[in-house]
Formats: sequence, structure tokens, C-alpha cells
Amino acid sequence: MKKVQFKSNYSQYFFLAPQLLILLIFLYWPIIQTFKDAFTMQDAFGFGSQFAGFDNFLFIFSDPSYFTAFKFTIIYSFVITLITGSIGLLLAVQANKVMHGKSAYKTLLIWPYAIAPAVVGVMANYFFSERYGLLHHLFNNLWGFNWYENVFDAYIYVIIAGSWKQISANFIFFLAGLQAIQKTVIEASIIDCKSNIRRFWTITFPLLMPTTFFLIIINITYAFFDTFGIIDTTTIGAPGSETKTLVYKAYIDGFKGLDLGSAGAQSIMMMIIVLVITIFQFRYIEGKIHYN
Amino acid sequence: MIKYISSTINHLILSIGLIVMVIPIWIIFASSTHSSLFINTNGLQFFLGDNFIDNYSRVLFKQSGFFNEITALKMFLNSFVMATGIATLSVITSLMAAYGLVYFKVKYATFIFWLIFITLLVPLELRIMPSYIVMSKLNLVNTFAGLILPISASAIATFFFRQFYKSIPDELLEAAKLDGTNSWRFFIDFLMPLSKTMIAAVFIFMFVFGYNQYLWPLIMTTSEQYWTVVMGLKTMYGSISDRFAFVIMSMIPPVIIIIFLQKLFIQGIFQNK
Repeated sequence: MKKVQFKSNYSQYFFLAPQLLILLIFLYWPIIQTFKDAFTMQDAFGFGSQFAGFDNFLFIFSDPSYFTAFKFTIIYSFVITLITGSIGLLLAVQANKVMHGKSAYKTLLIWPYAIAPAVVGVMANYFFSERYGLLHHLFNNLWGFNWYENVFDAYIYVIIAGSWKQISANFIFFLAGLQAIQKTVIEASIIDCKSNIRRFWTITFPLLMPTTFFLIIINITYAFFDTFGIIDTTTIGAPGSETKTLVYKAYIDGFKGLDLGSAGAQSIMMMIIVLVITIFQFRYIEGKIHYN
Repeated sequence: MIKYISSTINHLILSIGLIVMVIPIWIIFASSTHSSLFINTNGLQFFLGDNFIDNYSRVLFKQSGFFNEITALKMFLNSFVMATGIATLSVITSLMAAYGLVYFKVKYATFIFWLIFITLLVPLELRIMPSYIVMSKLNLVNTFAGLILPISASAIATFFFRQFYKSIPDELLEAAKLDGTNSWRFFIDFLMPLSKTMIAAVFIFMFVFGYNQYLWPLIMTTSEQYWTVVMGLKTMYGSISDRFAFVIMSMIPPVIIIIFLQKLFIQGIFQNK
């Protein structure tokens, strides 16, 4: 907070009111509803409901398909973070080095960032379709690719579809991070260390740490939530439900299965996961690492 | 010589990156300029065909959807209204809220701070079902307000603005106070001009975010009249080349915005830091 502030009796509330009002109606009301649902058991015919304590939570913990979704979400976030982070970094380092065509490379590599995940999914759909799909044919020739029967192949499908656009996001932030490193630091390090590769890992990469942490959070959040559009336009969870993320499963159970109690409990479990990630994020943004 | 080789390697790696990022879009674009019959017999195409105008004008103006009630043009209009609404509303409310948080001694400041920022934990995807129930109680299903309001209920922009205000030196307010500026004038005459880049960046970010929404419009629109581009894409009925053309058209608005305003966008994000 600022040391110098306005002291006023009412205008601050005018400034805060619009956002608070929107948040209360369109965010807090549904959240309270979510908690209500999570601790309520609806009877099968929708006639009545009663307080159920932690029954809904016990139910999802005893449900093997919840763990399948949990496992997939963890694998998915990890692989997407790793792939997009390393490719994004590799490209950013090259783009930062070249003398000619820097801005052309930048523009063309940034571009997919703007495309909606659902649109990426629809595109991926064509490349993996049995009829037209170039990638389907390629993988099929290599090892007999069949994503609607083979879990591993379905993983490959959603990982490629999910990673593609996120490479751009990683590229943008790594490039900006690299450009923020002062020239003098780099020049001094050239004198001390001749090897390009060693210099990168001992000087440049540690200086990029803030960007890297930031991107890890961004990528995990992306894999958790934004990939809904990708799953829904590609595998829809196929072969069985091995490629359902936690968000996708909660949506299917709640909206298609009309099991509000289970969907509510799943949402609360996800809030806890996001809470853990966010605490990490706040600690990092609010203090630990300095940018200048 | 070594320099020459290493720069060649740089360009080589970047070119591979370009191929991976650009070729998929090019193939869909090239395929969208052929007739469906040609695609169905020959698969995806790498070279341009001669049905460009045919396919694109047919998709844009032909009635489509499940019940043939909407054209792609109308979907673009809907998406545009939705995205502009989301961007405008969140920029205005967040700008004001961040100002209230940073520049005022507020009673219960910590409580209000948490009331706003704890919401970052609950993206729309987590409260989708109860949100739908709330919207139907408020009679907002199949309205633009229903598409816009829940997505604007986000503290992400407030977070950006707050970080930005905190980076502005205290001396500015001290000087303004000496001149007898009140809180309104300070907000409008001092902070707004200073935040121009930031406002533009947040607006772009929220516009693209709003335009790219998929799940919420899918749930909120039972009438085809409110279909947006990104959700219409999956549900839309059409021949294969129509679909290709629609995929390409759907990505044009956000891609143009990002390409032309990338400097502003990146500047805005990094001004925070």
C-alpha cells in the first residue's frame, strides 16, 4: 500500500462498489451454491435433497474414475509445462541472438497465442482424423496409431493439441525475459566464460528464473482450465475416460450427469488445488524475486 | 567462420519452430480454398485452390447452425459484442477498484482486498453449473448480459492495475495533494493518462480472452441467435471446406489484434514487473 493516501469518507466505496457488486452476484452467489451442493445429497428423482456431510467427498474419493482424471490432469500439466517451456525457451534464445529477421520470427511465432483452445482442438481434429489426418497417417505408419482404443495414443493426441498454442506464450515471455537482462551483465560474462552453453546455464538461465517460475504457474493453470476446449473438441475423454481432465469430468458429471453433489465436491477439491498453486504464486510475485 | 555457422544454426532452429507453428494453419487455409469434393477424395491440401471466394462467402452469409437460424456473420457480431463488453466492463471496474485499494485508507481494507483477490482461485470453469443456475434465476440465459457479466467477474485485471499503481512513485500524489487535487481529479487527470498503455494492454488481453470463450457461451445460449464464433465452430453443420473456411475466419480477429498490438501488449504486461 501507498504511504500517502487519500482520506475520504465515501468516495473509496464508490470506486470499489462496481467490482464488488459484480463479484458478489456473479461469483460469490454461485460459489455459495457450489458449497451447498457439495454438502447436499439429491435423491435420484430430484424430488428432495438433504444434508449429506462429507458423503459427496467420500464418494468421489472412492470413485476410480476420479483418480483416473486426477492422474491424467497431473501428467497432462507436467508434460505440457515441460514441452512448451523447453521449446519456448529454445526458440526465444535463438530469436534473441539472430541479427536479421528478428521481428519477422517474433511476429510469426507469437501468432498462435491468440487462437482459442477450442479452435486449436478443431484444427487438431483434422490432423488426427482417420480420413484426412496427416499426423494420423504418419503415426499410423510408425506404430499403428489408434487414439480411440489406445490410451497412449490418445495422450499423444491431446498433448500435441494442448502444447501447440502454449509454445507461443512461453516464447513471448522468455523472449521478453531475455531482453530484460542487462547487456553489461552478458558482456562481463563473455570475458569470464568462453563457452556459450556453459554461460547460458550459469549466467543467463538463473537470471531467467523469475520468468520460468511465472511460466510454470501459467502453464499449469492453462493445462488445468483452458484445455477444456481442447478436450471437448478432440477426444472427449476417449478411449474410456482416460483423457478427461478434472475440470472436464466435473462438467460432464454436473451438466450431463446432473449429479450436482459430486460436481460441487469436485469443484471444491479443485479450488483447494488452485489455492495451493496460488499461494505459491503470490509468495513469488509479492516478494521473493526482484525483477530489476 | 564459427560465427557464420552458429548463426546458421540459429536460423535453422527458428525455421523448424516456424514450420511447427505456421504450417498447420497454412494447411487448413490452403484446404479451405478447395471444394469439399476435392478434399474428400484427395485429403488435406498444401497448395491453394480456386474456391476461395465461393467457400468464404458461402460460410459468411449462408444460414447455418442446427436449425439454420444464424449466419457466421451474425456469430462474429455476437462474439464482438461479447468480447467488447467483457473488456470494457472489466477494465472500468478493475481500474476503479484498484484505485480504491491502493490510494485510499479504507476501513476493513484487508478484508476487501481478500474479498476481491480470493476470487482468482475460482475461475468460471469451477463454478459453471451453479453459475448457470444463478443466471437462469436472474432470467439472463440467452442475453448478452448473461454472456458478459460472469466473465467480467474476475479480479485478474484488478491485480494488474494494482501492481501498476504500486509502481507509481508516491511523490506524484504528494505533489498533487500540494496543489489541492481531490481524489476524482487525481484519478482522471493524473492516473488515467499514466495508465494508458496499461489500460490498452488489459483491454486487449480481456478482449481476446472474451472472444476465445468456449464453455460459457456453450451453456448460456440455447437460442442460436446468441451463438458465438468459437462455440459455433464445433456445433455448426457444414461441408468440410465450409468448416475449414470457418476455422480460418474464426482466428482472424484475435490474431490481427495480437500481431498489430503485440508491442503494446508485451509492454503493458512487463510494465508491471
